[in-house]
Amino acid sequence: MNRRGLMVGAVGVVALAFIAGVVVYKDRTAQQAVQAVQAGGDALVRAHAPVFGNPQAKVTIVEFFDPSCETCRAFYPLVKGIVNASFGQVRLVVRYAPLHPGSDRAVKILEAARLQGQYWPALEKALADQPRWASHGNPQPELIWESIADTGLDMAKARADAESPAIAAALQQDIADMQALKVRATPGFFVNGRPLTDFGQAQLRALVNEELAKLGKP
Amino acid sequence: MTAESPQRSAGTPLFLAWLVALAATAGALFLGEVMGKTPCVLCWYQRIAMFPLVLVLGVGLFDGDARSARYALPLAWAGWSLALYHCLVFWGVISEALSPCRQGVSCADAELQVAGFVPIPLLSLVAFSAILVLLFWNRRSRA
Repeated sequence: MNRRGLMVGAVGVVALAFIAGVVVYKDRTAQQAVQAVQAGGDALVRAHAPVFGNPQAKVTIVEFFDPSCETCRAFYPLVKGIVNASFGQVRLVVRYAPLHPGSDRAVKILEAARLQGQYWPALEKALADQPRWASHGNPQPELIWESIADTGLDMAKARADAESPAIAAALQQDIADMQALKVRATPGFFVNGRPLTDFGQAQLRALVNEELAKLGKP
Repeated sequence: MTAESPQRSAGTPLFLAWLVALAATAGALFLGEVMGKTPCVLCWYQRIAMFPLVLVLGVGLFDGDARSARYALPLAWAGWSLALYHCLVFWGVISEALSPCRQGVSCADAELQVAGFVPIPLLSLVAFSAILVLLFWNRRSRA
């Protein structure tokens, strides 16, 4: 028996097994995600969650979002662009998935700004300054206060609101829903309840377009 | 190209050892890259011992150079020792406070299981043990 031929064959068999494993595993996790949404019921959209775009839009993007997450930061302009270009047919619902240390604090600061109607400006400033305050080794979410100081917030009120039990309770609800929906990484997207199983910007766009296409049909 | 190595039987244990290393490497990459399990510190040290075994034994086999087993042996011993230590940490024989994993993924975490019940450190220990046995078998069959 030719030893070299055997070796090449063995590498081929292992590579094929690996690829088959990837296909099976992805398919299984995709099914689990769909089942989690079906079982979760109203875990996707809660009344307390911030909404961007037309509240009555027919297509809803739910994003499990972490203010410290670099990929969430990179996706933000894309998602905002999809909503803005949809003529009111697409809305974004933000749910929190504070997976990094310090993210829970960042969420509370943003929610405090929301109570004064400055949520989206505060979110954009916090994301713009993310490299400054969200270092993984040394997160300093309190620096967000400096980033959002020029949004015209009543800072004393905002600092008090950030400690409010209502904001903490809403965050706990988001974390519970994140676990129920098996969101393990951010950003976690659902479009009209369909999980984005194949992650990517083009894939998100395609999923939204599929849902938009359904609107045209009776 | 030269013909087959004169001692045909010497190749078999080395070939099996290489297969074990190949399968273990593919498995570790699957757990880490596909299933998204973050390797803990001890897992990384075992990977550092396992991944080169595929290349060291593989090049030796490909060129019929049985001396590759000599270079594979220290890697296999290092990986085996680390896997044994990791198993002891995982089963709580050695307290976690003494383990070097204070940040990131805990080396004693129940997450480190395949199919719900097989600990990954045990898989690693089995693979390194098999490689060691095969390397010694190879040495005896050549003696």
